[in-house]
Amino acid sequence: MIDADDAVHWWGLVLAPALLAAYAYAAAAGSAARTARASGAPAAAALAAPAREAAGLLLRRRRTVPGADTLLWRVGIASVPVAAVMAVLVVPVGGRAIADLSIGVVWFNAMEVLLWGGMWLAGWGANSVWGLVGGYRYLIQGLSHELPHMFALTTAAVGAGSLRVGDIAAAQQDVWFVLVMPAAFVVYLVSALAMSFWPPFDQPVGRDLSGGAAAEPSGPDRLVLLAGRHAMLAAAAAMAVPLFLGGGAGPLLPGWAWSLLKAAAVLALLVWAGGRVPAVRMDRFAEVGWVVLLPLVLLQALAVSVFVVAGWM
Amino acid sequence: MAEWTVFVVCAVAAVAAGAAVFRVDSMARATFALLASFVFTAVPVLLLDLAYLGVLIVLMMTMEMVVMAVFMIMFMMNPAGLMPMTMVHNTKGALAISIAVFCVLAAGALLVPWPRESAPPPADPTLQLGEAIMGDDMLVMMVAGLVLFATMVSGVVLATGRGRYDRYGDDLRGRPDDPIRGGVGR
Amino acid sequence: MLEAFLLLAAALLAVGLYGALSQQSVVMVMMGLELMLNAVMVAAAAVWFHTSPHSADGQLLVLAAMLAMAVEMAMGFAVTIAIFRARDVDVTDSAGDLRG
Repeated sequence: MIDADDAVHWWGLVLAPALLAAYAYAAAAGSAARTARASGAPAAAALAAPAREAAGLLLRRRRTVPGADTLLWRVGIASVPVAAVMAVLVVPVGGRAIADLSIGVVWFNAMEVLLWGGMWLAGWGANSVWGLVGGYRYLIQGLSHELPHMFALTTAAVGAGSLRVGDIAAAQQDVWFVLVMPAAFVVYLVSALAMSFWPPFDQPVGRDLSGGAAAEPSGPDRLVLLAGRHAMLAAAAAMAVPLFLGGGAGPLLPGWAWSLLKAAAVLALLVWAGGRVPAVRMDRFAEVGWVVLLPLVLLQALAVSVFVVAGWM
Repeated sequence: MAEWTVFVVCAVAAVAAGAAVFRVDSMARATFALLASFVFTAVPVLLLDLAYLGVLIVLMMTMEMVVMAVFMIMFMMNPAGLMPMTMVHNTKGALAISIAVFCVLAAGALLVPWPRESAPPPADPTLQLGEAIMGDDMLVMMVAGLVLFATMVSGVVLATGRGRYDRYGDDLRGRPDDPIRGGVGR
Repeated sequence: MLEAFLLLAAALLAVGLYGALSQQSVVMVMMGLELMLNAVMVAAAAVWFHTSPHSADGQLLVLAAMLAMAVEMAMGFAVTIAIFRARDVDVTDSAGDLRG
């Protein structure tokens, strides 16, 4: 089933979650610092705030609601970080992924779609109206961004002529895909924010729902859910590097360093942009996704296909 | 040997999860039991070298089942199963028919002398599939596209509660009277 | 090994058939149908691998089964919604107008 190119690098199974956790923490610290600066508090002190919050959550006792479906609830919450780690398995760092599967792009897509089930279950299992509405909101967002997202992934795969993420990165020797397919890149970034329900797409855990899907989980459950959300954003940012930003290509530094640097840059861009843009309501985003983003990325895919057939890529 | 073990575990789990769909009271559990059944059958498909189709099953079925869960909750009278109720008819007949069907199919599976191919499978089944649907068997893909498009249109027509006369009024002019405005300023 | 896969498919098909025949709710009937199509996918994949891996027909059948599932679900829910809007029912026994 696994051929030579698909070889699994077992050492990475330790390294990749550690790296993902570091990036997820960086995202949390970055947004905490941004919030602190906006409210006039010293930004540097806020960098440790996520660690304090995490420690506090670990010590706190779980509370539960009568009639909660504990099995589904736990499965849903746990699936959020699990999906992020599974998605990042196919992302190469400096040309080497843990498992550079021949269908890596489809794998990444499938893992991130697992979040749909996970978020809905996290909302449903709690037996609370806030959670359930949050779960439904995530689904609406998912239905709006998923097709444009899939076509953005497809466009990169068409440009490289391969579903293997390593091949896609290698195909950008001459020109990065972000220059050939800018619309696909933008759509990818938008959907990366939406899939990890990061602001401006944070309606599923919005304040108007007193926390939405994250309203009822408490203690370690809440930590797992929120950490998984940050990890998902980090995984999406890391995936943008081999898809659109040339993978590990760059002068002077070795490939792995460039991969990590670019992933950090994309993550910083996402966190910064999330704080700058006003909140997007999911019922409005549904029409934007289907009427604007989908035709846009379809035209982009058509253009790239023409380039490929004409031999310009 | 390892593959055999994986297959047996996943096969038993898939059938058990499939049976659980009709045993549990909670509709959410039923839907996600069905999803578990799909995921467990995707693993044997992966064992058959079909990496693309196996992962595609997981991808498609996750989305389908989550959408299904929404409808289950919407339509069932007792979605969370907190007050168990039965919504079945003719279980004995159904059980007899399905056992009979299983026996016939199992006998066929075991007794038919299946032709065997000694040639190895292609190096890249995904490439084989892609070349087939974009080459010799392109008709399949074109029909699939048409069918999906027709499904989308007819599904929306069947399901929508408000047509354009409801939205724009009898003369079909003016601004639509929508409870929630869309996102692109219409 | 082919026999084992076909047995798995037969078991899934039987379970799905039982559900489709015995459940009253349209949505549950559809879940049974999905299980049966799942069985078709497993059987098609196994037969492709063991009897004719040189042609893509088996893989195409898997794809067609997946397509059938998507169409079945979309149309099934659309019809359910239409029936529900018209007369507030979602059980098959109440939608037997065309019964002969």
